[in-house]
Amino acid sequence: MTRAPRTRARPARAAVKDDPASAYDMTEVAEEIESRTLACIVDNEPGVLARVVGLFSARGYNIESLTVAETDRNAHSSRITIVTSGTDHVLEQIEQQLLRLVPVARVIDVTNSTGGIERELALVKVAGVGEKRVEALRLSEIFRARVIDTTNESFIFEVTGASQKIDQFIELMRPLGLVELSRTGVLSIQRGKEGVG
Amino acid sequence: MDGSTKADTTATSLTGAEIVLRALVDQGVDTIFGYPGGAVLPIYDAIHAQDAVRHILVRHEQGAGHMAEGYARSTGKCGVVLVTSGPGATNMVTPIADALMDSIPMVVITGQVPTHLIGSDAFQECDTVGITRACAKHNYLVKDVTQLARIMHEAFYVATTGRPGPVVVDIPKNVQFAKGAYVGPDAIQHRTYSPRTEPNDRRIEEAVDLLARAERPVIYSGGGVINSGPAASAALRALAKATGFPVTSTLMGLGAFPASDPQWLGMLGMHGSFEANNAMHDCDVMLCVGARFDDRVTGRLDAFSPASKKIHIDIDPSSINKNVRVDVPIVADCARALEALGAAWARRRLRRPSLKVWWSEIDAWRARRSFAFPPSTKVIKPQYAIERLYQLTRDRDVYITTEVGQHQMWAAQHFHFEAPNRWMTSGGLGTMGYGLPAAIGVQAAHRDALVIDIAGDASVQMTMQEMSTAVQYGLPVKIFILNNQWMGMVRQWQQLLHGERYSQSYSESLPDFVKLAEAYGGHGIMCDDPAKLDDAIREMVATPKPVLFDCRVEQAENCFPMIPSGAAHNEMILGDISGDEVSDAGRVLV
Ligand SMILES: Cc1ncc(C[n+]2csc(CCOP(=O)(O)OP(=O)(O)O)c2C)c(N)n1
Repeated sequence: MTRAPRTRARPARAAVKDDPASAYDMTEVAEEIESRTLACIVDNEPGVLARVVGLFSARGYNIESLTVAETDRNAHSSRITIVTSGTDHVLEQIEQQLLRLVPVARVIDVTNSTGGIERELALVKVAGVGEKRVEALRLSEIFRARVIDTTNESFIFEVTGASQKIDQFIELMRPLGLVELSRTGVLSIQRGKEGVG
Repeated sequence: MDGSTKADTTATSLTGAEIVLRALVDQGVDTIFGYPGGAVLPIYDAIHAQDAVRHILVRHEQGAGHMAEGYARSTGKCGVVLVTSGPGATNMVTPIADALMDSIPMVVITGQVPTHLIGSDAFQECDTVGITRACAKHNYLVKDVTQLARIMHEAFYVATTGRPGPVVVDIPKNVQFAKGAYVGPDAIQHRTYSPRTEPNDRRIEEAVDLLARAERPVIYSGGGVINSGPAASAALRALAKATGFPVTSTLMGLGAFPASDPQWLGMLGMHGSFEANNAMHDCDVMLCVGARFDDRVTGRLDAFSPASKKIHIDIDPSSINKNVRVDVPIVADCARALEALGAAWARRRLRRPSLKVWWSEIDAWRARRSFAFPPSTKVIKPQYAIERLYQLTRDRDVYITTEVGQHQMWAAQHFHFEAPNRWMTSGGLGTMGYGLPAAIGVQAAHRDALVIDIAGDASVQMTMQEMSTAVQYGLPVKIFILNNQWMGMVRQWQQLLHGERYSQSYSESLPDFVKLAEAYGGHGIMCDDPAKLDDAIREMVATPKPVLFDCRVEQAENCFPMIPSGAAHNEMILGDISGDEVSDAGRVLV
């Protein structure tokens, strides 16, 4: 999930020699920005989501997607899966800053852990007639998408999978009459018999 | 409310307000700073009914916050504040942010409108947990009295453990009236929060490997050593003694290492000593303990101590590798880590290396006497005033607070500290108006000590009204104002960076501080003659009342040495310069 390099103010150790630099180091250097999926196990107290989201906005971190729901009512815990992006250094800081929040019990780097699984669900509405309609239905079968609503002129598909698969499906549906789209954002879990939470 | 019907019938059932007081007592709190209002009246009723907890009534909630900070930093205990909803809570935002930046343990209790009115834009309602979420270590809205005791104890636990900080407990008025059972502090165990305090053995060995081979070592200590408690300062001294390494410290860390020790290099950073900054720049091994590589300390990051291996001890893992990459990270309480380093050093039977070459370099830097200033018999030099203040109070049990500006830096340079917890200053947030209330908080904890706020004429007016608090409670704080009739630090930057265009930095219409002191019921002293300064300071020290000392100093004095923004440690400016020495990139910084 590595992206093309982007230019970004680097927070530390910009080794560009003649740059005037500064006390805050505002040196612009091209650095590899990567995407990372983090799962946070949190105490499900009021405001916990605001804390997590507030941390991202306060420190200028990105959120590409975020999902949250209570996962264990008795233990009072929720799982927040966040897809974020940044340099390696920023991603390391994000993890540490999340752990600093009092109600955050654990942060799992799903992207770099062995056996991390990521899935997303999308609802895709495609409107059209004739050839295009047939083609949409044919492609949906290849993607194992389910048809959950049908009219004479439209389908709604439900498709699950890794985000890239969903991206692909969406791109294929666009020329076939995609009119509306809703995605859940990424969910995550670890393979194997061990559980976290 | 909710819990009240059942809890009413139990023998231990108390009102929410009583639970708050009981929890304070059980947490060992003897003093709180506060200001009443509609949403906290039940708690004020409970205060009225007891005398275990002393309440100090302030004149503005911000004052209460800084008093609690001064109290906390000078005692090592948790500061406690009680304010009402809405404006009471918003007035507390500055001290909460200040305490977060400087890692000061503080519990702030705020009143809130009754739970059924929350969200209705009720009178004096504000979203206190929303507003303080970004500037507190943690916060709670207590919606149910049955949770109140637990949350109170948890708040103290969170505020005082790990990296300390401010915790807000927002209590709706109906919860203060409702009855519920009380639980003591012992029953509290936090599910998700458990800071790590013990260092990793392997890291300690790696650190000692580096220290043992160092030829140009430096110990860079910070506020974390003070926060960790007296054991950390003792362990720092012991390690310095065993190794013979030079020691410098941040503004927040002054006092952890004695200024009279020959290994002491003085403070480092933007206005730190030439020897400290050069030692940081040229060292081969840096031991950073309880400091966070703040931009005021590092100067230009890409030129920061380029050749050194860095060991970083911090209780907050997010501080490590945040601004500067380090080679040996040690997540632990400073005292525990320093003790472990000392023990490992002794176990390996390492001896104190001579470091002759290194010390001779340091001595050459020292010989530049970077804190020296040209003397004057005509006007009082601000540095001279602090030097005299230091000399004339050396035999006293003295605590110093400051405001923010040039005077703060001069105080750090020219007042010398032998012990921790004696120096209270707003380092991270840089809050003008901190020093006067902080001094009152210190004095409330140390009745017989000499507590001096080294102030600027602009800063001191931000919280001046707390003089009234000092007089009411007979807290004889000494407000020593270095009056240069300018926002001196702003003027200095305008001189050096903005072509001497002194926009809005002159202090017009200053009050007559002597009359002002008298109006408050304190004592006023004015001095503008270097020859009379000693006597005036003696008069201040001898006065058993709060004193405003208007010390008229040289107006155009600049604070040097200085690492200009955008420069590196070895590019310090030692004396007056022209605007050309600051790079364009440096000009945009603060
Ligand atoms: C609340 C607040 N507002 C503004 C500033 C910006 N500021 C930093 S120093 C300073 C001037 C301080 O003047 P004074 O208290 O007279 O001290 P001096 O520098 O003259 O010693 C100002 C305005 C600040 N630090 N805090």
